[in-house]
Amino acid sequence: MNFISRGFRGRRRDDAPAGRVPPGQYLTDDFPVLSAGPTPHTPLDQWSFTITGEGIEPARWSWDEFRALRSEPVTVDIHCVTKWSKLDTTWEGVSVDTLLEAIEHDARYVLAFSDGGYTTNLPIEDVTDGKAWVAFAYGGEPLEPEHGGPARLLVPHLYFWKSAKWVRGLNLRDDDEPGFWESNGYHMYGDPWREQRYWGD
Amino acid sequence: MARAAVLGRLTWQLAEVVDTTDETATVRTLFLDVPAWPGHLAGQHVDVRLTADDGYQAERSYSIATPPGEAPAITVQRLEDGEVSPYLVDEVRPGDRFELRGPIGGYFVWDYSQGGPLLLVAGGSGIVPLMSMLRHRAASSDPVPTRLVYSARTLEDVIYRDEVMALARESEGVQLVLTLTRSTPPGWSGHTGRVGADLLRETDWPEEQRPLSYVCGPTSFVEAVASGLVALGHAPERIRTERFGGA
Repeated sequence: MNFISRGFRGRRRDDAPAGRVPPGQYLTDDFPVLSAGPTPHTPLDQWSFTITGEGIEPARWSWDEFRALRSEPVTVDIHCVTKWSKLDTTWEGVSVDTLLEAIEHDARYVLAFSDGGYTTNLPIEDVTDGKAWVAFAYGGEPLEPEHGGPARLLVPHLYFWKSAKWVRGLNLRDDDEPGFWESNGYHMYGDPWREQRYWGD
Repeated sequence: MARAAVLGRLTWQLAEVVDTTDETATVRTLFLDVPAWPGHLAGQHVDVRLTADDGYQAERSYSIATPPGEAPAITVQRLEDGEVSPYLVDEVRPGDRFELRGPIGGYFVWDYSQGGPLLLVAGGSGIVPLMSMLRHRAASSDPVPTRLVYSARTLEDVIYRDEVMALARESEGVQLVLTLTRSTPPGWSGHTGRVGADLLRETDWPEEQRPLSYVCGPTSFVEAVASGLVALGHAPERIRTERFGGA
């Protein structure tokens, strides 16, 4: 039972397609930014993407090697825990499946790590089978630093903090190690449709 | 999850507006009575949920303005294109209630045990969580040296103006650097224009006393200030940012 706020009507958006805006979210046409610290600027010749994990042979791609991998266009809705949702965003990225192709592992979780020390944790099944990418372009342009460029994780079915900006690699793990926001009050999994924003949601 | 058990579930509860203060022509503070308020840290925010009589709901986040130990108050700026902020600024009156949960956020927070010096950089309504930190600092027995760099469009847009001015005058250790970006009153001798590299350099501490920095405001403001501090040699991990966006 929700409490009715006297005199509140709200501004419903008629163009909000049914079933595409999770509870507590509103649509925006902007692309707001949320970061905990300064934007890192790693030169491309010093950039690499690494997959590590106990008992596995680490894999590493330079920027050129990474960009030579098969990539694909992705059009998805994204949902930020700060309440905005944005529909039909267009990206280009390398599927995490492609990155994991040559790696033998039986990990249950990944901890994505980024420039600036940011980390975020995800179950392995949430980044495989076509559910996650390492994206390097947005709207047909190279991904801007403030939005996570040169490359960010893209996991659109979870709140957008899981789509780690400035991503530099994945650590394959057996345990679900809390990442940065997950250690600071935010939900371990972050399903927008179940409104899993904070601890205990 | 052990941490969740410690913090407890953030359940929605009813907050009652007990008082309001108009801070500027577009900004209002709502003082709230939240019966089961667990206390908060300086810099945290709350989620507010409004429900229309047909069940339509809208949620937004607002920073807490009051210091730890006091009941929560939120300071809200009416956004031209806003959905929730016009209601909170123009419509709500004492006695009204709405749903709220919090406090939220464990990173953009400051407790005086974290020490200083403290550099607080605010753009517009980005002052709100920093004001909670300033109030918390003022209540400590040994306040750390603090600088507040505050960018507002005009003097009339300075939120908490009297209190900020008084803090800078009376409380030893707070240095206020106010810059006005749009227009200045006659005889204004303070800073003008956006916070840029020069102003940051001018207001910086010597390298061996580098502060813990909190930067809050619109995205472009935060980007410029945080990058500027990094360019001056501040360690990125000593710069905490919070960006305001959306309606």
